[in-house]
Amino acid sequence: MSDSRFLSLEKLTLSYGKNVAVPEMDLDIAKGELVALLGPSGCGKTTTMRAIAGLMEPASGAIVLDGANITRVPANKRPVGLVFQSYALFPHLNVYENVAFGLKLMGVKGKDLETRVNDGLKTVGLSQYATRKPAELSGGQQQRVSLARSMVMEPKVLLLDEPLSNLDARLRLEMRTELQRVQKESGVTMIFVTHDQVEALAMADRIIVMLDGHIEQIGTPEDIYNNPASDFVADFVGFENVFERVGDTIKTANGDVAISGDIDDATKGLAWRPSMVTLGEGPYEGTVRGTSFAGGTREYLLDTPLGQIKAECDAALPAHDFGAVLKFDLPVAKAAQLARTGSL
Amino acid sequence: MSNKLYAPIILLLVLAFLIGPFIIIIAASLSAGETLSFPPQGLSLRWVIKVFEVESFRASFGISMFLAIGGTIAALILGIPASYALSRYKVPGAETIRTIVSSPIIVPGIIVGLALLRYFVVPFNFGILFALFLAHTALILPYAVRVVSASLTNLRSDIEEAAVLLGCSRVGAFFRVVMPNIRGGILAAFILGFVTSFNQVPVSLFLSGPGVRTLPIDMLSYMEITYDPSVAALSALLAFMSLGIVFLAERFLGFSRYV
Ligand SMILES: Nc1ncnc2c1ncn2[C@@H]1O[C@H](COP(=O)(O)OP(=O)(O)OP(=O)(O)O)[C@@H](O)[C@H]1O
Ligand SMILES: [Mg+2]
Repeated sequence: MSDSRFLSLEKLTLSYGKNVAVPEMDLDIAKGELVALLGPSGCGKTTTMRAIAGLMEPASGAIVLDGANITRVPANKRPVGLVFQSYALFPHLNVYENVAFGLKLMGVKGKDLETRVNDGLKTVGLSQYATRKPAELSGGQQQRVSLARSMVMEPKVLLLDEPLSNLDARLRLEMRTELQRVQKESGVTMIFVTHDQVEALAMADRIIVMLDGHIEQIGTPEDIYNNPASDFVADFVGFENVFERVGDTIKTANGDVAISGDIDDATKGLAWRPSMVTLGEGPYEGTVRGTSFAGGTREYLLDTPLGQIKAECDAALPAHDFGAVLKFDLPVAKAAQLARTGSL
Repeated sequence: MSNKLYAPIILLLVLAFLIGPFIIIIAASLSAGETLSFPPQGLSLRWVIKVFEVESFRASFGISMFLAIGGTIAALILGIPASYALSRYKVPGAETIRTIVSSPIIVPGIIVGLALLRYFVVPFNFGILFALFLAHTALILPYAVRVVSASLTNLRSDIEEAAVLLGCSRVGAFFRVVMPNIRGGILAAFILGFVTSFNQVPVSLFLSGPGVRTLPIDMLSYMEITYDPSVAALSALLAFMSLGIVFLAERFLGFSRYV
């Protein structure tokens, strides 16, 4: 085992009865990594997490953690923590007792117990709430208790299922940095689920993009953002103009359109962010069908011979009216070249 | 007349209807006269004291207590796991099971009692006390299942998984995080079961034998022979006992939340 294969899923197949939710997944996670599991609803994120935690028995395949095959190790014996989306705090216990719960079961007691629980509470900034019941805490505070409760167990891997989705926008930003800080300070290997690409890009060392039970792409946030591997990933990270490419043409709603530029032979598709579309000059024309002001920029929805195109330009420039006809270009040099298409 | 006038009048009538008999019983039990009558003839505590002197009342009170407490505990021992299974697992035919479990509420008690006598006590030669115990357990079970199920439904099941991930076994998780959180429901079920069993007449009617009678049945037969106010005094005492239990439960547990 090397550090880059701290946690490995090997041909892991997860199913509910006859329905296969995740077929033959292979995945390696390095020690100390902060990984985001990103994907649309129903793609199997929770299922994968539950399998790693041991709450779900895999149909086949193996889970290897720190050199040990834990596939058949029961959930209560795995060195894996899981923070539930709903926090799952014990309502009858106060904050201190919630955090102490697992440690007590491990046989930690006396001063040692007290120190570890208090350290845990301090890490998440809840020392002064030790005697409150979960019902007397805000959502964000409950989230922190839940985090502390798992962290004090010093798991080898900490899993978080949509840790931020129940929080309001401001708290979400705060918890983002908080989670990052806790992870970096403790060095725990952490995997968190999200279906918000902004969150994944902002927090993770590495992002795993999932679709329909399989991994669509794995990469650093920069990789995913700049070089999406497929039309699905491209669309997910904001390339709103995606085309399949065949030879020197792109396939559009109105037939093939010739393009020219330096395109890799293996490229199966081309994608442009709205900001990559040249507005005001170029070989194509489109009619403005919608505009929206987005602070620094203004977005236009154009009806064009290539189908609908989303373009964006500096909001300081004079706005174009609804129905105006604009020239535009899709510069191949700027486009993301997609290795795969057909998943959209 | 407007609704504003109707409402208080109806309310008063309902209260009179509910509390009236209770007041009459208390008054009658304080009578100094020889027979049960209202209004009471003079005031005295002699019939209240008499209650404690009647030997058969003491014996049947003991039996009723045993049935109410023992039957309720037995019903909870059966009912809590049953409710848990019904609420947490996809039990095939869960609705049917629920209906069957609830049937003693629907089927008149007199039929349950007769059936138990005819098909259990007589053919299998069960002792009366044992039959009574079974009957009362069966009678309380639906209340136990209903009340406990209600509090289980309000409890998220993911806390059990959280407990397991923190090192509990499945069974350990049940005792450590489920039981403490449905404690209120269990106590409510206990009180409902106790009161239901204690006041039960129809089922117990068929199941009485030499020396084995529940208190309500004993009171009925006492009244057939003696028509003195001690029965009223006993009724009043029992009513106060029930009231006391419910009051304490409400006070300390917010009992009415669970029923
Ligand atoms: N208990 C279950 N029984 C049967 N099928 C299930 C069950 N839970 C999930 N599934 C199915 O498995 C697939 C993956 O579900 P999963 O909950 O892992 O998705 P997810 O990526 O976590 O989605 P979300 O973002 O909505 O939480 C879905 O198609 C879902 O319908
Ligand atoms: Mg999910």
